[in-house]
Amino acid sequence: MSDNEQRLRRTMMFVPGNNPAMLKDAGIYGADSVMFDLEDAVSLAEKDSARNLVYQALKTVDYGNTELVVRINGLDTEFYKDDVYAMVKAGIDVIRLPKTETADMIHELEAVVVEAEKKFGREVGSTNLMAAIESAKGVLNANEIAGASDRMIGIALSAEDYTTDMKTHRYPDGRELDFARNMILHAARANDIAAFDTVFTNMNDTEGFMRETEYIHQLGYDGKSLVNPRQIPMVNQVYAPTKKEIENARGVIHAIEEAKIKGSGVISMNGQMVDRPVVLRAQRVMNLAKASNLVDEEGNYIEE
Amino acid sequence: MKNNVNRELPDNLMEKMDYKPFESVEIGNPVVQRVAPTVRVSNGENKIKDSLEDVVKENVKDGMTISFHHHFREGDYVFNKVMRIIIDMGIKNLTLAPSSLTNVMNDMVVEAIEAGTVTNITSSGMRGSLGDAVSHGALKEPVIFRSHGGRARAIEEGKIKIDVAFLGVPNADEMGNANGMEGKAVFGSLGYALMDAQYANKVVLLTDNIVAYPNTPASIKQTQVDYIVKVDEVGNPDKIGSGATRFTKDPKELKIAKMVNDVITNSPYFKDGFSFQTGSGGAALAVTRYLRQSMIDNHIKASFALGGITKPTTDLLKEGLIEKVMDVQDFDKGAAASMHDNPNQQEIDASWYADPDNKGAVVDKLDVVILSALEVDTKFNVNVMSGSDGVIRGAIGGHQDAATAKLTIISTPLVRGRIATVVNDVTTVVTPGDSIDVIVTEVGIAINPKRQDLIDRLAKVPGLPIFTIDELQAMAQKIVGEAKPLEFTDRTVAMVEYRDGSIIDTIKEVKD
Repeated sequence: MSDNEQRLRRTMMFVPGNNPAMLKDAGIYGADSVMFDLEDAVSLAEKDSARNLVYQALKTVDYGNTELVVRINGLDTEFYKDDVYAMVKAGIDVIRLPKTETADMIHELEAVVVEAEKKFGREVGSTNLMAAIESAKGVLNANEIAGASDRMIGIALSAEDYTTDMKTHRYPDGRELDFARNMILHAARANDIAAFDTVFTNMNDTEGFMRETEYIHQLGYDGKSLVNPRQIPMVNQVYAPTKKEIENARGVIHAIEEAKIKGSGVISMNGQMVDRPVVLRAQRVMNLAKASNLVDEEGNYIEE
Repeated sequence: MKNNVNRELPDNLMEKMDYKPFESVEIGNPVVQRVAPTVRVSNGENKIKDSLEDVVKENVKDGMTISFHHHFREGDYVFNKVMRIIIDMGIKNLTLAPSSLTNVMNDMVVEAIEAGTVTNITSSGMRGSLGDAVSHGALKEPVIFRSHGGRARAIEEGKIKIDVAFLGVPNADEMGNANGMEGKAVFGSLGYALMDAQYANKVVLLTDNIVAYPNTPASIKQTQVDYIVKVDEVGNPDKIGSGATRFTKDPKELKIAKMVNDVITNSPYFKDGFSFQTGSGGAALAVTRYLRQSMIDNHIKASFALGGITKPTTDLLKEGLIEKVMDVQDFDKGAAASMHDNPNQQEIDASWYADPDNKGAVVDKLDVVILSALEVDTKFNVNVMSGSDGVIRGAIGGHQDAATAKLTIISTPLVRGRIATVVNDVTTVVTPGDSIDVIVTEVGIAINPKRQDLIDRLAKVPGLPIFTIDELQAMAQKIVGEAKPLEFTDRTVAMVEYRDGSIIDTIKEVKD
């Protein structure tokens, strides 16, 4: 899926599925992905009404190009099947499975998704999946989970449950998450899908949020899960490419175009051969630069 | 007859009240005649009176026009104190002409209407139980709504002829020199009350704080004051202002504020020496903060800030980012205190602020203003007066006046709950679309097609989605659906003047 490869997923904003005002406005803040939550944000008494509400929101509100994700209730609950059916019917882009521990759990979910797609006349395979890893077992099985289905587009760390499972809690420096972060990132890269970092909940600690975001950006994460729209510009700022990166990327893109014009199979820049990883990185930098409003659609610098 | 914003106006009332229909936002250079008050000559002896009852009894007669200011806002004790006495004395057929009416006054006004004490009202606005009563036909004569500048004009030209003004002040000396800056119930600028002090035939000050003569700086002067009455308390200091104005954390308000700032800083007016006015709402305060950063980043200073003033604005004054603050009223304690301390915060009266029939008002020099709206329509007309149920629940304030700025920005959410803000036709036209330049909502902005220069400039701004106003209206309607038209009777309960005194719209009695 080239579309999935190119798609930016810097920010995945959580939106409680039982909050009409937030559902209505979820699309206006410029999040790359919005994740409607039917699980932890919704009390048992509201599971049905929240599902209906998210369904109606998906059918009614124009979210533009935002990738729409729903976090369904876990496989061990009585709600998950209804969740899947309603969301597939509504045409959701991605279903996120919480507390994923094995590849089999993805297979089980996928079977229900196929049922739902057939039942509601949606193209089989059109609903993507992603997994949230929230336990030691899940972390150790991350690679299998990430590769469990062609529908998988991403894998995310959910640190609250994970640290509890690890008999620790979250610390400001995040060292307790080192292993999980790296396992999940490797699982994502080995299977060519996206990696999402966990949420940062203290809205008053801007410095801590920026530090953590810079760290996961350095590791190579695609982006971060967010609990508040105010975090979106901060993440985008961290992911914005530098002027030097953009210059270099433009050089590569230019070289590709020249090679195309010449009909040459070999791309070279400054006498050096440009291989595929360099091309991919250049394209990604230009996408980020466009999304960060640093260059216009033609790749020209926007002067401040 | 219809006016220039396509509103059907009742011929009989227009004729009876000698009104012209609204034509244009251009005031031109007419020659107008001003009036002067009568003066009861006094050398100052016995100005201080112990009994408010006696003062009312001797000075207020049936059929008179009385006035108040609203600088105490929701902390006002003066209005109810005076009106209680007037109602109890059985005085009838008064015209009530305050600068505006706040919620604490509602029940008393309703009672005064029911008792026949008050039969006419002119005000900047009204809300709550009073707005409800008037919208349901409580008054036989229509209320006249005027902007702050429009009221100043009407007073100067004798359209509002105040017989007795009851003005609460936090301090006064025995001759009547007073200001709004010292004492317990301080509110800063006396801007609106200065009109009453200058033009009323009789001026009665109420204060809880008699100070030594001569009391300076004197905003209201002894030459204007007939009586001073000492009362226990003029106001509740905690309810006068909003206290410490907090910076909003609402992401939607922040998003709107950010876009408003983008519009301002990318406009041709954002340059050294520019001037601006913001309101007191959450988004407006946030704009001030974004604007501050943009001014620092671009090494730009403002020559003045105007209007109702808040602490974030006086902070900019203190920081040196604004040279002067032209202050007609203060919305919070911080701004009021700053007026006391900072000589660059100039108290201005409503005429100086915004009177259209003037030799130049400060709004004439205003570059950028950010205003709010209950509704905006596809002709860019703005309603700040009637609610989605058709009931009066707002005030013109300085809306029409400040909207004459070179860049007028309306900042408003696209929808509020299940109510569309951007609509095909506003319920009541208060400010004509001709004076509105940009609408900013959380989904993006719309620019008045008459401002092709702004369209060209703002089109290049990244992250600033531009829609037509019709597109915004369609988006709002898609979210909330089409509203059932409101139902009104044929009876006119209020006339809305444009700032020049022509009629821009009327408000009808609601049918329910």
